[in-house]
Amino acid sequence: MIRGEKLSKRYGDVDAVASTDIQIKAGAITAIMGGSGSGKTTLLRLLAGLDAPTTGHVWYGDEDICSLNAKRLYELRESMGMLFQYSALLNSLDVYDNVAFPLHEHTDLDEAVIRTMVTMKLEQVGLRGFESMMPSELSGGMAKRVAFARAIAMDPKIVFFDEPTSGLDPISAGVISTLILNTSKMNHMTSVVVTHDVSAGLAIADRVILMWQGRIIAEGTPTEIRESDDDRVCQFLEGRPDGPIPFSRSTTSYIDDLTHRPGTVRMAS
Amino acid sequence: MSDNLISQQSSAAEFFGRLGRYAMHGIEQMGDVTRLGLHALSLIFARPWQGKHFILQLYALGVGSLIIIIITGAFTGMVLALQGYYTLAKFGSESLLGAGVGMSIIRELGPVLGAFMIIGRAGSSITAEIGIMRVTEQTDALEMMAVNPKQRILLPRIVATTIAVPLLVSIFDVVGIATGYVVGVEMLGVNAGSYMAELISKMEMIDLNGGWVKAVVFGFMIGMICTYMGYRATPTTEGVAKATTQAVVIASVGVLIMDYILTSFYL
Repeated sequence: MIRGEKLSKRYGDVDAVASTDIQIKAGAITAIMGGSGSGKTTLLRLLAGLDAPTTGHVWYGDEDICSLNAKRLYELRESMGMLFQYSALLNSLDVYDNVAFPLHEHTDLDEAVIRTMVTMKLEQVGLRGFESMMPSELSGGMAKRVAFARAIAMDPKIVFFDEPTSGLDPISAGVISTLILNTSKMNHMTSVVVTHDVSAGLAIADRVILMWQGRIIAEGTPTEIRESDDDRVCQFLEGRPDGPIPFSRSTTSYIDDLTHRPGTVRMAS
Repeated sequence: MSDNLISQQSSAAEFFGRLGRYAMHGIEQMGDVTRLGLHALSLIFARPWQGKHFILQLYALGVGSLIIIIITGAFTGMVLALQGYYTLAKFGSESLLGAGVGMSIIRELGPVLGAFMIIGRAGSSITAEIGIMRVTEQTDALEMMAVNPKQRILLPRIVATTIAVPLLVSIFDVVGIATGYVVGVEMLGVNAGSYMAELISKMEMIDLNGGWVKAVVFGFMIGMICTYMGYRATPTTEGVAKATTQAVVIASVGVLIMDYILTSFYL
């Protein structure tokens, strides 16, 4: 189990994540949802140990990854995978070498065995035969699938997915969602999926966490979330422009900004 | 009158305040470059051994910069021979042309011009490459695959520049002296024997060592600055462009400052 305790991350004057407690159940798919800028990616990076929290701790079992030395942290990461929002494939390597990268780095397996494993992973994501292509030659959906194959290459216990379906056509998005669901269930993987795709999140998750302004505002099974009477949850799920979650982020008066802007003519009182 | 004085005082305070902030920022950055570079270097013997990546970087930096170094060295030697001949001819000392060309190139122009060429050709690409890896989250991907980006990305490049720059500067020196010989002896009619004899007799070990030490220090400095600027670049396209420009400017100015300091030791 992964547990975040009083997690906060501050950038300048902005609390991207504010004093948040979170629990990720082992072997389950947890979807962290919320609007743009709600702090879900920041929370994911804190949970993955990519960023250090301003305050708080992240526990993997009884180990706090915020205070681990680099050696132990890298040992832990050998059992993790991550799919980044923009795939983050290594540009200098072809598809085969990208997927084989963690296997080359952390195993002494024979190249023939690695080749077999890479072929299996690429078959899983439907890209067998594309081994020699470079990342620059792939479409967004294909790059995401290759990145997915790389993330699961070592059969990790925990996989973090950052916006796995963003920018994809409905078919590619559906393929990625199905892959997350099937792979997680088959391998008993703990999956943490950050997404603002409501239908995908509710369809694949065992547990859903909804965030707004750096805080968790709702948590439960997809059914509980769907049936929630919290107005903020309803507004997010229905995609309503009006409601407690404002569209505008401006804190100052629009009229004041217009009339005090240098160069504009102020009306006589 | 007193309002005017207060206004002058506040603008002076503002000027010195800004100057102080720039100085503090510069010192902070120097500290950060050193810290990051030394941290990367401390991983040199850590497993897994990065030998393959050193070789790849050495090839990319060294072989990739060879043509530009040969061209620069050739024309530097030629122009030095031309300028040197017409200056020395005024004093009737054309025979010293070989020593003049050789010492100028080995002690000064080889390391400095060679370093400038490598900053422009390889240093800028190191910064841009690392910066783009940051923008596209490739360094984060390495972290998540339990590969230390400082060991995998920064270290091989720092070591490669430290080794490649002295080798390239040696090639620059040889090409410069050879083309100086062609212009001086074959085109301007300086005696071949006196060109070589003066070159050998006037050149001392300290001159060669000085050039080598400069090249090693410049190579190390280029590696540290260019990798640092890429690694600490703001992860946006504009941030990478700015970091690349700054890396070239800071490394070039750093080479000139370090050149003065090292020259003062070797004179």
